[in-house]
Amino acid sequence: MMPMLDLLATGPGVSVQDLGRPGHLATGLSTGGAADRRALFEAAALLGQPAPLACLELAGYGGRFRVGAPTRIALTGAPMRATLDGAPLRWHAAHLLPSGAVLDIGAVEAGSYGYLSFAGGIATPEILGARSAHLAAGIGARLAAGARLPLGPDTTPGAPLLALPAPARFQGGTVRVIAGPQTAQFPLETRARFFATPFTAGRGNRQGLALPPPDAPFAADAPPNLVSDLIVPGDIQMTGAGGPMVLLCECQTIGGYPRIGTVIPADLGIVAQAAPGTILRFAPVTLDVAEAASPPESRWIAPLRAQAQPLIRSPHDIPDLLGYQLISGAVRGDEPEEDSP
Amino acid sequence: MSCRWTPPVEAGAVCGFDGAMSLPDLPAPPPPEAPELCPLGLDGVLVRFAQRFGPAANRAALDLAAGLTADPLPGQTEVASALVSVAVRFDRGTTSRAAILTALRNRLARPAPPQARAPRRLWQIPAAFGGAHGPQLAELARILGRPEAALRDEICATPLQVLAIGFAPGQPYLGLLPDAWDLPRQTALTPQVPAGAIVTAIRQLVLFANASPTGWRWLAQTAFRPFQPQGAVPLPLAAGDALRFVPVPGAEMEALLRAGDPMGGARLEAAP
Repeated sequence: MMPMLDLLATGPGVSVQDLGRPGHLATGLSTGGAADRRALFEAAALLGQPAPLACLELAGYGGRFRVGAPTRIALTGAPMRATLDGAPLRWHAAHLLPSGAVLDIGAVEAGSYGYLSFAGGIATPEILGARSAHLAAGIGARLAAGARLPLGPDTTPGAPLLALPAPARFQGGTVRVIAGPQTAQFPLETRARFFATPFTAGRGNRQGLALPPPDAPFAADAPPNLVSDLIVPGDIQMTGAGGPMVLLCECQTIGGYPRIGTVIPADLGIVAQAAPGTILRFAPVTLDVAEAASPPESRWIAPLRAQAQPLIRSPHDIPDLLGYQLISGAVRGDEPEEDSP
Repeated sequence: MSCRWTPPVEAGAVCGFDGAMSLPDLPAPPPPEAPELCPLGLDGVLVRFAQRFGPAANRAALDLAAGLTADPLPGQTEVASALVSVAVRFDRGTTSRAAILTALRNRLARPAPPQARAPRRLWQIPAAFGGAHGPQLAELARILGRPEAALRDEICATPLQVLAIGFAPGQPYLGLLPDAWDLPRQTALTPQVPAGAIVTAIRQLVLFANASPTGWRWLAQTAFRPFQPQGAVPLPLAAGDALRFVPVPGAEMEALLRAGDPMGGARLEAAP
């Protein structure tokens, strides 16, 4: 029987996410999946998974969670306040969640999307080859308190617990942009001004992040009856009012607004994680630079595995060490987290 | 028009940012008759047959997409057509942009073999025009200088075709309406139209799959849902299908909406 995950309480934006459903562009369905894909690869590296499994995406706020069998979890993406039976847990790290213990995840401390991953993954049924909710397309839905989700079992709950250095994509910054099909329709002066402008993020969602329009719009020289064309996540479209919108995982697949360029995948997490008030800048790069800066996702996990280090935790931070071991029944006692003073 | 960083009016001139004015990894400008090949993200190429909609470019896009789907390029992961363009996505782990561009140019250079086409089908979909079911029909009547009823009759008399599927799952771009309908999109977005709404711009109609903001004008309502996740055929419409709207009174539309059948009274038959 599968271990179950109980959602005792949830924030307003909790959903099951994975890497989405590539391959359906022709039917109008964008890939979807996690808003910050890198956070899923970080979780996979922390949990020893060969590739990311379905997890919970926590938009802005987490919730209260309990599992029916001991399992390792990973906390990645936007850092959030987290406690296990009241004891604080480090973010960007893996932890052992004993059966029956209560995991509390509160508000985001920086960024927008935190991720709670499980060693065996969330094992809900697949729809069109994936488990992720695609809210814009009406596939799946946000989760509410009372939900129970099946988990894959953690076959090695005693595996060493790992941590990653805190990534630097939750504070905004400069994101790199390659040319796209409509870049040339923007006058040189408009492009130069766009790349010289710092933008303050407003409230985004999984479809995109709108940035407030400047005093002078970033208008294209495109005819007003421009034919609608195919879109990919990362595209920066200029809406009618001339304000940019960076399209994200649940974007439409075809659109009519001209697009000044495309944010490279390596930097798209910075945009997805930009909380209201965050400053973003855009920098144009050549395809050669982008190719080197943004390797394909198949090459993301190996460097993360190399960065993952044993989680060092003081026994003083563990409120009931004896009970912890008895409940889990899986801590050998020689865990790296327990051999430091 | 080129898709390079360089502006079309000064091809080859200094572009001004980051020295990106002459990108060695982008192709030389194509001859005027050849389609453009543009980057579409790091793992995609957009093949664009025209800047504006035209039936020939639409046909060329559908043919290329069908050909690439039937006989994929090495490393190709996905193909989709829009109105006058085709997106080809590739696996950067097993191929490169340069290799895909070469393979695409070779494909485009050889005469397209006749593509097997799905049998032509005709959809007839009930629609209520104007009033609460199409709040901007009155505005369109003012812009076009004709009564609302005449616009309704013209749309319902026009043999439409599904030109592309996109924006949202199953959502059709339909056309073409007569020349007078060549209206630009609105500058401001309409905050929300409901699922099933019919909107218009640039001689085309879109039948919305989900409630959505739009820059197009909302003129009618159907009870048809282009994406039926629980249905036996989740995506009923296909590019190339023929389609007509059948006018119904508002009360009849309300009954269809209440009935909740995602087909919304649509009938499907072989095209005449």
